[in-house]
Amino acid sequence: MAIIREMFKKNKKRYMTVPSEAAKDMPEGLMTKCPECKSIVLTKDLMKCDKVCPDCGHHYKMTAYERVDCLFDEDTFIPMDEGMKTVNPLGFPSYEEKVNSDAEKTGLNEAVLTGIGEIDGQRTAVAIMDSHFRMGSMGSVVGEKITRAIEKATEEKIPFIIFTASGGARMQEGVLSLMQMAKTSVALSRHADRGLLFISVMTHPTTGGVSASFASVGDINLAEPKALIGFAGRRVIEQTVREKLPEDFQTAEFLLEHGQLDAVVHRSEMKKTLSTLIRFHTKEAR
Amino acid sequence: MVKPLPFEEPVVRLKDKIEELKNITDDAHVDMTDEIRSLEERLQKLEADIYGNMTAWDRVQVARHSERPTTLDYIAYLFEDFIELHGDRAYGDDAAIVGGIASFGGTPVTVIGHQRGKDTKENIRRNFGMPHPEGYRKALRLMKQAEKFGRPIICFIDTKGAYPGKAAEERGQSEAIARNLVEMAGLRVPVISIVIGEGGSGGALGLGVANHIHMLENSTYSVISPEGAASILWKDAALAQQAAEAMKITAADLKEMDIIDEVVPEVTGGAHRDAAGQAEAIREAIRSSMDKLCPMKTDEIIEDRYRKFRNIGVYKEGEN
Ligand SMILES: [Zn+2]
Repeated sequence: MAIIREMFKKNKKRYMTVPSEAAKDMPEGLMTKCPECKSIVLTKDLMKCDKVCPDCGHHYKMTAYERVDCLFDEDTFIPMDEGMKTVNPLGFPSYEEKVNSDAEKTGLNEAVLTGIGEIDGQRTAVAIMDSHFRMGSMGSVVGEKITRAIEKATEEKIPFIIFTASGGARMQEGVLSLMQMAKTSVALSRHADRGLLFISVMTHPTTGGVSASFASVGDINLAEPKALIGFAGRRVIEQTVREKLPEDFQTAEFLLEHGQLDAVVHRSEMKKTLSTLIRFHTKEAR
Repeated sequence: MVKPLPFEEPVVRLKDKIEELKNITDDAHVDMTDEIRSLEERLQKLEADIYGNMTAWDRVQVARHSERPTTLDYIAYLFEDFIELHGDRAYGDDAAIVGGIASFGGTPVTVIGHQRGKDTKENIRRNFGMPHPEGYRKALRLMKQAEKFGRPIICFIDTKGAYPGKAAEERGQSEAIARNLVEMAGLRVPVISIVIGEGGSGGALGLGVANHIHMLENSTYSVISPEGAASILWKDAALAQQAAEAMKITAADLKEMDIIDEVVPEVTGGAHRDAAGQAEAIREAIRSSMDKLCPMKTDEIIEDRYRKFRNIGVYKEGEN
C-alpha cells in the first residue's frame, strides 16, 4: 500500500481552479450578486465561505476543482483518467467540437473529475460531476471514469463518494449513455459486496438517468440545500398530470420530507459530516 | 383484420388487387389464373422488398402497433402453469408490471414484464405500460424470491418509460429504478431479458440488467423516444423520423454496438401478424440462453453479467 501511495505521489499533478465563463451564477468579477436574495458580496469573500451566500445561504454551483479544494486535505488529491477522450459514436454533427469547447472552458476532460484523496487523513475515492460541462450529462467517458473510480475503491478497500450534478444521459451517445447507468451499477454492486461504504451527495441539479442510477443508491444519501433532484423534468410532469406542482417539488427538502434522503447537509458542514461517516465505517472506528 | 401501417400500403393495395381478380375469376368464369400468378410473384418480391428494407421509423411503428403481442400474450404461449404474484409489500400493486412463477419446459422460472393494454380501458388500468416505483419494487421482490429458490429469471421489456408523474416522484421513481440496477447486478441466478416492443430509457433498463439481452427484430431500445430526441436536438418533434435513424435504436443497431446478444427474427410484417409463430422464435432464444447460463456456477453468473455491462462504452484512452 505504501508503495502504491509513493507511486501516486510521484505522478501527482497540481490541479488549478479554472474560471468558467458559461455558468450564469458563477462569481466572475470583483463583486457577485446573489441570484436568490440579490445581495452583493465581494467575490473573494464568497470563495472563502465555500460559495454560499452569507446573507441567504444560497449554495452556488461549484466546479469540480472547487469541490476538491473544500473536501480533501491539502495536496492529497490525485486525479485519475484525465486524458480519456470522448468520441462521437453515433456521428452527431459538431458533437466533438462541443465537448472540446467545454473541456477548454472547464479544464476537465469530461463532465466528471475522479481520483483519490484524503479526508482528515482517511483515504477515499471520489467522483465529482461538474454541471458546467455539457450540463453534467453522462456519456461513455463519464460512465467509464466513474466505474474506474469505483473499481479502484473496491481494489483498495476504501470508501467511494460521489458528488452528482447532472441533467441525465448524454443524448448524443444514444443508448450507449443509457447503458452507463448499468455499467456503474455493476461496479457499485461489487463494491457493496465487499462491505465497503458508498456515500452519494446530490448537488444541484441531479436528474434523469443519473438520479435513477448511482445517485440514489448510496449506503447514505445526502444532498445540498435546495438542490433540484428528480427523475422526470418538471415540465414533462406538468404536461402529463395536468396540474400545477408545488413550489418546492423535487427540491432536496421535498425529498427529505418524502423519505428519499438521509439528510440535507449545508456545505459548511459537508467535510465534517463525510469525515465522521467514514470514521464510523472503518474497522478501528470508535 | 390487422390495421396496416403506412409503409405497408403498397403491399395491402396489391393484395386487394389479387383478391379482386380472384373474385372476378370465381364470379364471371373468366380465367385470370395467369394474371393472378404473376401478381402473386410481384407480391412476394414487394413484400421481400418492403419488409426487408424497413427504416428505423417503420420499426418504431411496428413496435408501437396496438395489436403487438404483450408480455401476458407471450407468457400464455411460452410457459405452463403461470401463477401471477402481486404487490410490492410496501405501497401497492402496479398493473404496469406483471410477474409470477411458471414452468418453462418443466423448469420453474420467475417471469416479469412490463404490461401494456390493447384497448383504452385496459391501457388506463395498466397506465399504458408505464410503471410507478411500486412496479419496480414488485419486480425486485420477485427477483429476490427467484434468487432464494434458485429459479432463472426471464424479463420482458415493453415500455415507453417509467411514468413521469407527481406521485411517482414522491415515492422515489429514481430510487426504485436505481435499486433494481444494482440488485440485478448481484443476482445469483441467470437473468434473461427480451425486448418485445419499446425499450424506453431507464424505465426499460429497470428490468434489463441481464446476463443475456435479446431484442425482437422490430423492437427498439433507446435513451429517449424519437419524438423527445427530435425536440431536444432540433427543437422540432416532427423530425422524429430522422431522430429514429440518428439515435440508433433498432435491434440491429444494438447488436452492432455489442449491447445485446441476439436479434430474434420476427414473422413477416411483424409479431402482431402471428403471435403464436413469434412466440416460437422467442422460445428458441430463451432455450439457447438457458442452456448456456443454467450450468454456470453462482460466481460465474455474476461475473458474466459484470463483464457484459463493464465493457459497454466507446471512448479514447488517454495518455496519462
Ligand atoms: Zn443570497
